[in-house]
Amino acid sequence: MSEHAIAVDHLSKSFGRNTKALDDVSITVDSGEMVALIGASGSGKSTLIRHIAGLVASDRETCCKVQVFGETVQSGGRISGDARQLRSRIGVIFQQFNLVNRLGLLTNVVIGVLGRIPTWRGTLGLFTKSEKRLAMEALARVGMDQYAGQRASTLSGGQQQRAAIARALVQQAEVLLADEPIASLDPESARRVMDALAEINREDGITVVVSLHQVAYAKKYCPRTIALRDGKVVFDGPSERLNTEFLRELYGADSEELIMDETMSKPGYQPDSEPKVSPEPTIRIPAHTPAIPAKQTVPAYAAE
Amino acid sequence: MADMTHSRLNPSQTGEAQLPERDVRKSTVTYLMWGVVALILMWAWEGAEMRPMALITDAANMREYAAGFFPPDFHFWDLFLEEMLVTIQIAIWGTVLAVILGIPFGILSSENVAPLWVYWPIRRLMDATRAINELVFAMLFVVAVGLGPFAGVMALFIHTTGVLAKLFSEAVEAIDPRPVEGIRATGATRIQEVIFGIIPQVMPLWISYSLYRFESNVRSATVVGLVGAGGIGVLLWEYIRGFYYGETAAVMIVIIVTVSLLDILSQRLRKMFV
Repeated sequence: MSEHAIAVDHLSKSFGRNTKALDDVSITVDSGEMVALIGASGSGKSTLIRHIAGLVASDRETCCKVQVFGETVQSGGRISGDARQLRSRIGVIFQQFNLVNRLGLLTNVVIGVLGRIPTWRGTLGLFTKSEKRLAMEALARVGMDQYAGQRASTLSGGQQQRAAIARALVQQAEVLLADEPIASLDPESARRVMDALAEINREDGITVVVSLHQVAYAKKYCPRTIALRDGKVVFDGPSERLNTEFLRELYGADSEELIMDETMSKPGYQPDSEPKVSPEPTIRIPAHTPAIPAKQTVPAYAAE
Repeated sequence: MADMTHSRLNPSQTGEAQLPERDVRKSTVTYLMWGVVALILMWAWEGAEMRPMALITDAANMREYAAGFFPPDFHFWDLFLEEMLVTIQIAIWGTVLAVILGIPFGILSSENVAPLWVYWPIRRLMDATRAINELVFAMLFVVAVGLGPFAGVMALFIHTTGVLAKLFSEAVEAIDPRPVEGIRATGATRIQEVIFGIIPQVMPLWISYSLYRFESNVRSATVVGLVGAGGIGVLLWEYIRGFYYGETAAVMIVIIVTVSLLDILSQRLRKMFV
């Protein structure tokens, strides 16, 4: 048994012959940490998260290995036989919320218990009162209990994302992997989603790995940041070190995309569009803003 | 290159806006295709022995024949209604059984759910059931299970299963994969992924397709009766063979009214679900 919550060993993933989405990535995350995963679009953040969750298999190289709580999710490009059991301990939150639109919110959330209850009961959709109550409590924690009866499609993006977090809570996940959870949200919704993630990390001790587009959020919520570029880990350390100069150094021209201030992330903002031609690009760089606003409580560093 | 772009941006410099040049190869292909269509139509004309003039030269015959249908004879109206109900009952069970089997077959013949070695053979099996008309199945089942409505139910059931499996699987292939992945990530089994991730997404379409097939099965059920597989078709066939044209007309009117009413009803129902 390893004490690491997540251990990724020499993970590589190629799409086609020449594109390496992940290139020899090795990281460890300790139990109870809240880690940001940053990088420009196409740097491999999502791919890494999907590998850790065991949703995608890596290249078939014998050294590729992903372990969660010391148990193998995949190794050598093969997803382990009991990945399904392990998946129930790993909550995943997706950029597009991944709720089932036509199901009610409560059903969407109570689905989180599927990995823990007898298969026949889950398959028939026979959830017990206590399981439904658990789902309601989870919804209450993210401030969504008043919408329990509504269809997921009737809710806004931020509301759906908080419901997705509730589902991970019902799942009683020990690790939460959030893949760009705020990329398609407005700043206010983004803040509430990040608050919810920080809260469950702090209060439940759930390990959180969250991939982000904007360094501002990483600095605000996550003590530690792992930075990816072209599928390689280029930085792994305290988020405070991520100042503008350092990001320029790491990412060159791509750094624009990451340094974007909160106010710049309007709903219409498209990360994949061409570099903005702006007369004074320096304006959007929060050069000397303090890393952590005073009123924001920040989860304590995991003991190392 | 730079100059061309420039002049395109400023049409005033070159005078008038340029029309795109006609692609000679493309228009030749278009003409050729029309030529092929014309050839096919001429070829089929021969084979089908098309004689539109017969409609005019034999007009007197036809008038006499048509006159035989008037007035429609509703003397045995209670028998007509009874047999019409049997026809609807055949359609109900033929459709229900087809829906029950169409769901698993539809899911298993979807590319995004089943692997190739599962969906390919199942698709071919479903193709086979669709390729053969209900009427043919009805004749086979009349021999197998005897004359009567049950043969009709079986004929509709087999054919409709093939149709619904195809329609159902097309709906499944068009789903949004992300909710399914969300459910997989909770540690759910494959069957649970289908039940909670796929079925809620395709339900409205599936209901709509099933109702539509019910409508067309009522129409088909009148036809399978012609070969003895029960319902109002049996009656219709007897009357036509016996030259009872007044009764034939009455039966046809009963069928038309019933089918129209059911069409309206099922259209209303479908609108509720989509």
